[in-house]
Amino acid sequence: MNPKLHAIRTGLDRGWTEFKLSLKSPQDQGFYLFTSAGVLLYLSFNRNNEVEGTSLFYPTVALPSILGALLVFGLVIGPAYSLAMEREDGTLLRAKAVPRGIVGHVTGHILLNTLSLIPSFLVILIPGAFLFDNMMQNGWQGWVTVAWVVLLGLLATLPIGMVIGSLVPGVQKVGTWGMLPILVLLGISGIFAPMQGLWGWVQTVSQVFPMYWVGLGMRSAFLPEAAAVLEIGESWRTLETVAVLGVWAVAGALVAPIVMRRMARRQSGSQVEAAKEQALQWVR
Amino acid sequence: MSMTRGEGVVVEVNELRMRYGSNDVLDGVEFQVHHGEVITLLGPNGAGKTTTIEILEGFRMRSAGRVSVLGVDPAEGNEDWRARVGVVLQSWRDHARWTPRALLTHLGRYYEPYSTPERSRPYDVEELIRVVGIEEQAEQKIRTLSGGQRRRLDVAVGIIGRPELLFLDEPTAGFDPQARREFHDIVHRLSDLEDTTILLTTHDLDEAEKLADRILILAGGRIVADGSADQLARRVTRDAQVRWSRNGESFVHATPDATGFVRELFAQHGDEIADLEVRRATLEDTYIAMVQQHETGHPETAGAAFEEVKT
Repeated sequence: MNPKLHAIRTGLDRGWTEFKLSLKSPQDQGFYLFTSAGVLLYLSFNRNNEVEGTSLFYPTVALPSILGALLVFGLVIGPAYSLAMEREDGTLLRAKAVPRGIVGHVTGHILLNTLSLIPSFLVILIPGAFLFDNMMQNGWQGWVTVAWVVLLGLLATLPIGMVIGSLVPGVQKVGTWGMLPILVLLGISGIFAPMQGLWGWVQTVSQVFPMYWVGLGMRSAFLPEAAAVLEIGESWRTLETVAVLGVWAVAGALVAPIVMRRMARRQSGSQVEAAKEQALQWVR
Repeated sequence: MSMTRGEGVVVEVNELRMRYGSNDVLDGVEFQVHHGEVITLLGPNGAGKTTTIEILEGFRMRSAGRVSVLGVDPAEGNEDWRARVGVVLQSWRDHARWTPRALLTHLGRYYEPYSTPERSRPYDVEELIRVVGIEEQAEQKIRTLSGGQRRRLDVAVGIIGRPELLFLDEPTAGFDPQARREFHDIVHRLSDLEDTTILLTTHDLDEAEKLADRILILAGGRIVADGSADQLARRVTRDAQVRWSRNGESFVHATPDATGFVRELFAQHGDEIADLEVRRATLEDTYIAMVQQHETGHPETAGAAFEEVKT
């Protein structure tokens, strides 16, 4: 048997096990319910606002954008937190101590984070279908678009989360280096309102990052062709979406393995021990 | 591959140096470990035991020197090499939601491609759970395990791949005496039945004496002593201490020939002798003498100073 393929298969099993454990964990269930309740409440308050220039109501327009934002948030912050945590608690060191364990570990992470999109989307889509009319306006072609936007968004953003998790000095710093930039991008990426109202340079900045493009791609999947008038250039800019997300995906595929290999090389028992000492001090 | 105990060098360390900034933690460490041996690396806190073992595990880069582990430089050890080496890590809160059985099964799978006719890998999970004595906890969440139970799981994880060489860093820290004894049984079993070469660090002298075929004392960045507990004790002083009482009065006498002295004693006084006690220098005496001398920087006088203390 090919040892590397075997490690990848073992890693897939690991990701599946972690996913099942996550579904059973009250902490993760709480997180899903919390985001679901928050998003649905926000949309319900604005349910009768008609979006200017279209015949659509606000929840119809905002829901796809919010799904896009959730995807980016989950795929950057999720792995960033868990990797930073695993560096400190010795999970990664364990992976390093078994042959090709890091390959399996990373595979497990990728599968876990991919699968986690399913519950985080379903808790919004299912109640959303009952609460708001005509969520999906494009039939099955729309769902096909959702599929490729999600896949491309995944490839573009998951490596970012892994790089952040590998580089931050400690779990507490994920807030500064992961959460803060994501929240800023959330504010300027046209998720809650079209971003043409912002300054030109802010629009330029936000169009460098994947969040805007994932949101745009999701809107193009859910909304009718006519709603494109709300967008920059009055178009869904599908080609540009593929290009920007594709560049991020390629960059991520090149950079993330290098950064992670470097991080894994530096893992040692005394590093874990030091992190433990520090964590215990926080408790005291 | 069939080597008998004592043949074949499994670990070879020459002129090993480790420097942090301007501080030399290891300053020319030299030792060998032979196939099938159980070696204890003993030393005060901060002597560089953990650093040494992490260099051998391939988890840390050395500053200088030559190191060979199973014939490979650990700094360049590939995954095939990794499969032959076991490491017992001090876990803390990793895999909190997993059960011991699931974790052992998962980690064991990584070793499947490295199974050989002589050494089938991985270890059978159920057997391993029995060996380390966590049958009752096998289906509990790891988070709920006590400290001692967790450490047993750590040992199980370290040997799941049926390693030829096993590293343990402070394996019994935080164990109660019962758990400690059970752990010692596991080590003996691994060494005897599995033909595993074992290198462990400890600062517990009693443990070193009970487990090790050979003890290495690391102090001042060097190996200052290398031998069995008995040999080390004899290196410091050949004298034994003889205590006895006669007519309610206590006596002490130091002599290199305790047997002869006692024979003489009985010949002279016969039944009057009571409370007889012959005591050789213990590993503790040796250890303290060696470490003290190295800390004060006069290694060459270690033996002499020890004699003075005794008289």
